[in-house]
Amino acid sequence: MPANDDVVLSIRDLSKQFGRGCEYCSDENYELQKNMCPHCHTVYAVRNTSFDLYKGEILGIVGESGSGKSTLMKMLYFDQDATSGNYNLPEDLTVKGNVFNVSSQKKRQIRNEQLGMVYQNPILGLKMDFSSVTNIAEKLIASGNRNVGEMTDRADHFLEKVNIALNRKYEAPKNFSGGMQQRVQIAKALSNYPPILLLDEVTTGLDLSVQADVLELIKEIQRDMGVSMIVVSHDLAIIRMLCDRTMVMLDGEVIEHGITDQILEDPQHKYTQQLVYSIL
Amino acid sequence: MGYVAVKGGAHAINNSVILYKNRRLENGADIEVESIKTNMRQLINQVMSEASFYDRDTAALAIKQAEGNMEEAVFLMRAHRSTLPRLYYSTVTDTREMFVERRVSASFKDIPGGQILGASPDFTHRLLDDALKESADGPKETIEYKEVPFNYELDKLPKVIDYLEGEGLFVREEENNDEPDDITKKAIEYPSTRSQRLQALTRGQTGAVTSLGYAEIRGYGISAHPNIGECRVGQQPVHIDPDDDYGEYFIGDFEVTEIDAFMPDLDEDDSDAGDKDLMIKIGYGLVFGQNETKAIAMSVLDYSLEHPVPGVATSDDEFVLYHIDSVESTGFISHLKLPHYVTFQSKLDRMRQSKGEQE
Amino acid sequence: MSQNFAFLDEHSKKEIRRKTLKAIAVPGYQVPFASRELPIARGWGTGGLQLTLSLIGREDILKVIDQGSDESVNAVNIRNLVQNTTGVAETIHTSEATLIQSRHRIPEVPLKPFQILVLQVPQPEPLRAVESSERKTKMLHGDKEYSGAFIKLFEQIMKFGHITDDADYPVMVNDRYVMAPSPIPRFDNPKMNYNEGLILLGAGREKKIHAVPPYTKVESLAFEDYPFEVEDFDDKVCRESGLSGVYMDELQDEKTGETYYVTNDTSYMLEKLNEEAVQHAGK
Repeated sequence: MPANDDVVLSIRDLSKQFGRGCEYCSDENYELQKNMCPHCHTVYAVRNTSFDLYKGEILGIVGESGSGKSTLMKMLYFDQDATSGNYNLPEDLTVKGNVFNVSSQKKRQIRNEQLGMVYQNPILGLKMDFSSVTNIAEKLIASGNRNVGEMTDRADHFLEKVNIALNRKYEAPKNFSGGMQQRVQIAKALSNYPPILLLDEVTTGLDLSVQADVLELIKEIQRDMGVSMIVVSHDLAIIRMLCDRTMVMLDGEVIEHGITDQILEDPQHKYTQQLVYSIL
Repeated sequence: MGYVAVKGGAHAINNSVILYKNRRLENGADIEVESIKTNMRQLINQVMSEASFYDRDTAALAIKQAEGNMEEAVFLMRAHRSTLPRLYYSTVTDTREMFVERRVSASFKDIPGGQILGASPDFTHRLLDDALKESADGPKETIEYKEVPFNYELDKLPKVIDYLEGEGLFVREEENNDEPDDITKKAIEYPSTRSQRLQALTRGQTGAVTSLGYAEIRGYGISAHPNIGECRVGQQPVHIDPDDDYGEYFIGDFEVTEIDAFMPDLDEDDSDAGDKDLMIKIGYGLVFGQNETKAIAMSVLDYSLEHPVPGVATSDDEFVLYHIDSVESTGFISHLKLPHYVTFQSKLDRMRQSKGEQE
Repeated sequence: MSQNFAFLDEHSKKEIRRKTLKAIAVPGYQVPFASRELPIARGWGTGGLQLTLSLIGREDILKVIDQGSDESVNAVNIRNLVQNTTGVAETIHTSEATLIQSRHRIPEVPLKPFQILVLQVPQPEPLRAVESSERKTKMLHGDKEYSGAFIKLFEQIMKFGHITDDADYPVMVNDRYVMAPSPIPRFDNPKMNYNEGLILLGAGREKKIHAVPPYTKVESLAFEDYPFEVEDFDDKVCRESGLSGVYMDELQDEKTGETYYVTNDTSYMLEKLNEEAVQHAGK
């Protein structure tokens, strides 16, 4: 394990519930139906989750749909409020303590400068009618850049990095294929050189060959830029290809975590075993 | 004395106004305001409702002055309304005390108190009536009809919803007798409150409210068929309490149309997952005068705004409430006629700049 | 029917004045107010008119312009309404007026202390084109999150090679709020910056009041390498007066088919012509 001072993102006791809860499910030992209280129907999407992300690593989160992995990502990117928990970004010297508690203005700044997000659905990450170069510049504008030349240079640099021909930079993502849209999202997410990149099911729904290209790109970026990443996927094959460490989520809880190879070779939890044996 | 300003604008405006006023008179007889009041009852109902101003005499005058143009008549009423100080709010009134003139339920054949068809164009055949070409002086003879004996007192009729409550199919919402927000005194800030929504809907343009309500049930919102539990038209007594000491004064009866639209919905308090009960929820409409279509559409929109379907325009309070007001929508659309020379010159400058750079 | 002085009842006027004070206290911030219906149509200047009617006193001297002209039909119509309900004195001279209501222009004569300029506003929300929801734009203003406004301009540069926003060009007020200056030409934007009079902006249909108090910084949005540009009349001379460096109307000579230009602010042109005539006579 790397030393503690290499932690770039740290989560403690993070929970998200939908619903008010009741006298039954407020007891931690009460047995839920998957992640829902059978009595009051409160959904515990994420329960008491803790983990650290280390500098330069790719951390995988794997689980079936409904396991809470996407809700977790939304909370990390402030798309959704957390019910409770601690979120620290030790490398960001402009904020102290739990970043869930900072102002919405500060949260916007953290999103723009500390984090990059690539959504499964490009509509969430891009303005589909605006040119690709403007989409990439958006993050730079949001963090205060007011120099058009500088921003277009930066956009060109990242479009090249994600293998999009510069003669298409004025085209809107709506004219692009699914794989290209994801590349534009990645270029946008990286445009500010954020220390942390969040990738939520970014290759789901793409053709296999296109998937392979995008995954190769992600690895290359991690190698070249040393960005720390959290990769969410339901697909263990993708996790195996990309991730140094992996957490397995089920019904809102982390049931297993460790070095990816170790989890793949020697899964402890019954659910993980099923997951691993189904792909091997 | 040197150069002086040209007074072209003032002259042109004066003459335009005179021409417009003359038009009404140049082709024959002047219509009496009293005739409008007695003959154009339905038009007056719509104008009062959209103007949110209950006064049949003023409405008749506005209609005459507007030459029957709805948007103009409503506009005249609203402008006049702005000059009147608003001194009191009425006390809470219960429509169970309405003196009912018409009352139908589409949900039950027999309702306690019975169906009362009353006066309605619903079952007239829409054939032009040549007999109306002749107009008689003085009141015409009315056609005789037979009174049916009736056992209920018309101002104590139970409501259909009371019956469903007895069955346990409807749970009465907790009463909220707070003074409602008044959107004519304080602008709506979003998200809106229910009282703001109801007020905006009841003031809404009849056509706009109807169209949006239609879209909501036809295929863009709940896309389901509401059941009209009860449609009542009648005289509603209104009281004020000037000193706030329960010393109430009766200030008059208002003709209103009230709609309870039944919407089947999940029982949120039911805890059996996968086996939830269906409950009746209500969409509510209440408008000045006999305006049944508008009142029904209002009840649909009240429901769609209370129980939003994500991504649907008719569930979005900003979309609905910003666009249904007659004075606002007709004003903005018609302002496009105004001179925009200065802004257009500015746009031309930009267009020439683009062209210049391309060449 | 008999009307109150300045049409509105006094309760309404008081409410509008209170909201106006709030707008002055927070420059560029849109204060919601309970807009009243007036005898002229919504969208035809009722926001400005409500400000004028709530502020006007018997001693005021009123000037009303539309498209730079005191004689434009809409200006005449509004002036008639205010005069019929108040009987106050009117003027066409900017420097004589205590209260000026205008649509689409700021006069060429700079405002002086204690003068009030009321501008009519169709759309007070500068972010509406990028975000249609009011509750969201309210949050964006709260967070001072204005990238949407800049992205719109950036995309124009990408598409057309320059910014294409024409009139109603957004400004940053007091380094805090991005504001719609009303559809004045860009030519008039710089006049707002540290001007000496009070500028009030009223949107009747949208029920908002905003303000630029005297001596307030007002900056048009721009990029470092794509500066703000006003309309270009550099090589144009007014055919009537010989003036240049003013906002011009573009006209066609019906006989020759030739395009020519005339000063848009007609009362200013008149004043200049008369000054010249006096000088000429003096020689």
